[in-house]
Amino acid sequence: MLKAIAHNLFERLERAFDYAFTPAWNPFHYLGALGWYFFWIVLVSGIYLFIFFDTGIVHAYEAVEAITHAQWYAGGVMRSLHRYASDALVVVVFVHILREWAKDRYRGARWFAWFTGVPLLWFIYICGISGYWLVWDELAQYIAVATTEWLDTLGVFGEPLARNFLNHNALSDRFFTLMVFVHILVPLLMLFLMWIHIQRNSHALVNPPLGLALGTLITMTVMSLMHPALSHPPADLDRVVTTANLDWYYLAVYPLLDVMPGRWLWAALGIGTLLLLITPWVPPLRRPPVAAVNLPNCNGCARCVADCPFNAIEMRARTDGLPFEQEAVVDAGNCVACGVCAGACPTSTPFRRASELVPGIDLPDVSIAALREQTLAACAKLAGEARVLIYGCEHGPPIEQLASESVATVRLRCSGQLPPAFIDFALTRGHVDGVLIAGCRPGDCHYRLGGQWARARIAATRDPQLRARVPRERLELLWSGMSGLAKLERTLAALRARLVPLGSYQRPHQPKTAQESGNGN
Amino acid sequence: MAIRPLAIVGQLVAYAAFMAVIGYFAAAPAYSPFPSDQAQIKLSFRHTGPPKVECRRLTPEEIAKLAPNMRRAVDCPRERLPIAVEVELDGKILYAATLPPTGIWKDGSSKIYETFAVLPGRHTLTARLRDSRRAEGFDHTRREEIELRPRQNFVIEFRGDRGGFIFE
Ligand code: HEM
Ligand code: SF4
Ligand code: SF4
Repeated sequence: MLKAIAHNLFERLERAFDYAFTPAWNPFHYLGALGWYFFWIVLVSGIYLFIFFDTGIVHAYEAVEAITHAQWYAGGVMRSLHRYASDALVVVVFVHILREWAKDRYRGARWFAWFTGVPLLWFIYICGISGYWLVWDELAQYIAVATTEWLDTLGVFGEPLARNFLNHNALSDRFFTLMVFVHILVPLLMLFLMWIHIQRNSHALVNPPLGLALGTLITMTVMSLMHPALSHPPADLDRVVTTANLDWYYLAVYPLLDVMPGRWLWAALGIGTLLLLITPWVPPLRRPPVAAVNLPNCNGCARCVADCPFNAIEMRARTDGLPFEQEAVVDAGNCVACGVCAGACPTSTPFRRASELVPGIDLPDVSIAALREQTLAACAKLAGEARVLIYGCEHGPPIEQLASESVATVRLRCSGQLPPAFIDFALTRGHVDGVLIAGCRPGDCHYRLGGQWARARIAATRDPQLRARVPRERLELLWSGMSGLAKLERTLAALRARLVPLGSYQRPHQPKTAQESGNGN
Repeated sequence: MAIRPLAIVGQLVAYAAFMAVIGYFAAAPAYSPFPSDQAQIKLSFRHTGPPKVECRRLTPEEIAKLAPNMRRAVDCPRERLPIAVEVELDGKILYAATLPPTGIWKDGSSKIYETFAVLPGRHTLTARLRDSRRAEGFDHTRREEIELRPRQNFVIEFRGDRGGFIFE
């Protein structure tokens, strides 16, 4: 319920952003990639700052002041970028979590990215908090005292840690050096975990498009010049900190410590983390049957491997004695049953008779053979002129509402599940006069790459290609997402208006090719 | 593609909003963790109480009963007594507690870390501590007239090796 509302909100927001930024630059499509990008900005600016930093507690403050003011045009900008990119990272990551959740892209076989994302949150916070510590101004003092007092409520440290910050006598380099170390080591661990995080996604989007990268960088640079990151007065443990200009993205927990016991806050964070960790299984997704390889029909071409969005297929040495080097093997744990592999397999062709139509790889519950039957049955009922067949994915608009005497609809798991030969088949065999394909908005494919591959196959830039003989004027594509029914209606009307003068498809006179009568597409 | 002015305006608005949201919350609104017109007294130390029971010389029979590698002339149980501490400000008790020894064998030191917000100005501060087996009274007392400035962090420590309470 909540999720449906959130999904709807994202849909509206993203459509607005699609308009302003174009889908190719829509930041919502690159939240994870922006996270990576901001991480790199933080890393580069951090290295710059470190060159001029003084890792001793006595001179740290002066060093940061010098960076900020003496070279405001370089160090100052770097410091501000370091801060603002860190803040932007937090913002995009939270929107990223919310979006993956709202769009239900974290359950079933997709639990992995979610699960590995949760510890990333802790890493982000450890990096941020340790960073504010290094300035050794009053904010750092407040954080140092509050953090150690808070850690002490756990009761696991022999000597209360907060005694390190009792007053000026207690102060030593020891804890400060530890923080410098934490602030350098934890980001590197975080990078490693970020890499783990995307292991189950093939062609993971880790770089935003140039337009977005430049746009955000320019924005943050302007911010850095207009509103540079500044220090508080220097830390003085003999004076209590009374004003802290908190960075709420990183330090919002500290005020909570003044209204609830530290232990409760630990418990709340611990329980929150646990709940977040188990979210992919609450409730568990009813997992559809995963893709299955049919070895006798697999020729080892590896197209399915190239197209699987979830790294769920591997090529291994042939086991059945057929004269091919390799065979496809599905890793059931990774497979989300999107069917994109079946759409890629050269053996998925409706030109074969149904009894023979067993592709090398297929979804057991929505098979290519069944798709052929559905296509034929739907088309057989059509009458009138400008008969159109709409193929729509499960996450696209409700195409069934457009069905009529001369419009048939067939649902796919994903637009990437459709072998292009089906378009060829429907049009050149005269089953319909036009084909319309409706899928997710570009950049927002529920199965990540399905729509992208479908477009490339139809444009004949990716195998399996839609054959040149297919009359393109009878084909229309619309990537409008689940809320795009109205637009789909208009597109359908336009296609049909275009089809009327074209009449029925007439085959050019040419000898029948081997492919048409038999294998391949 | 045609340039759509509205789309460019939309992008500028989005970037401006991004800038405003990030820039503002990066250092605002300010939070006040401590009232600026008050001072703080921080009581913190770590001190070990005396053994709960005194060491006792074992009788020859008792020694004989022990395993050969465990034989010793005196038996000293490790458990420590708690420490009692009391802080009085202008004749009123600010804090009073009995601090138990730490550790699963109760043989560790007693620890305290407490902070109190107090009004600045002149005060009479008294700190007392008992670290002996006596049931009442205190073994260490320090009483001083102090002058607290606003925001001052005044620390009361107890250091056995430096002869008792330290005020600063
Ligand atoms: C430093 C923080 C993070 C970064 C840089 C990051 C980055 C990414 C990237 C690059 C992707 C791949 C996007 C794609 O190509 O489709 C991704 C996917 C994902 N992330 Fe994150 N992420 C972060 C934190 C998180 C957190 C905290 C969570 C959740 C608790 C999370 C959950 C997910 C999910 C569910 C996916 C989708 C996986 C799928 O499509 O099956 N991420 N993330
Ligand atoms: S259905 Fe095919 S493409 Fe989709 S995840 Fe499974 S193996 Fe990969
Ligand atoms: S695409 Fe089909 S034929 Fe090629 S390796 Fe995969 S299953 Fe085998």
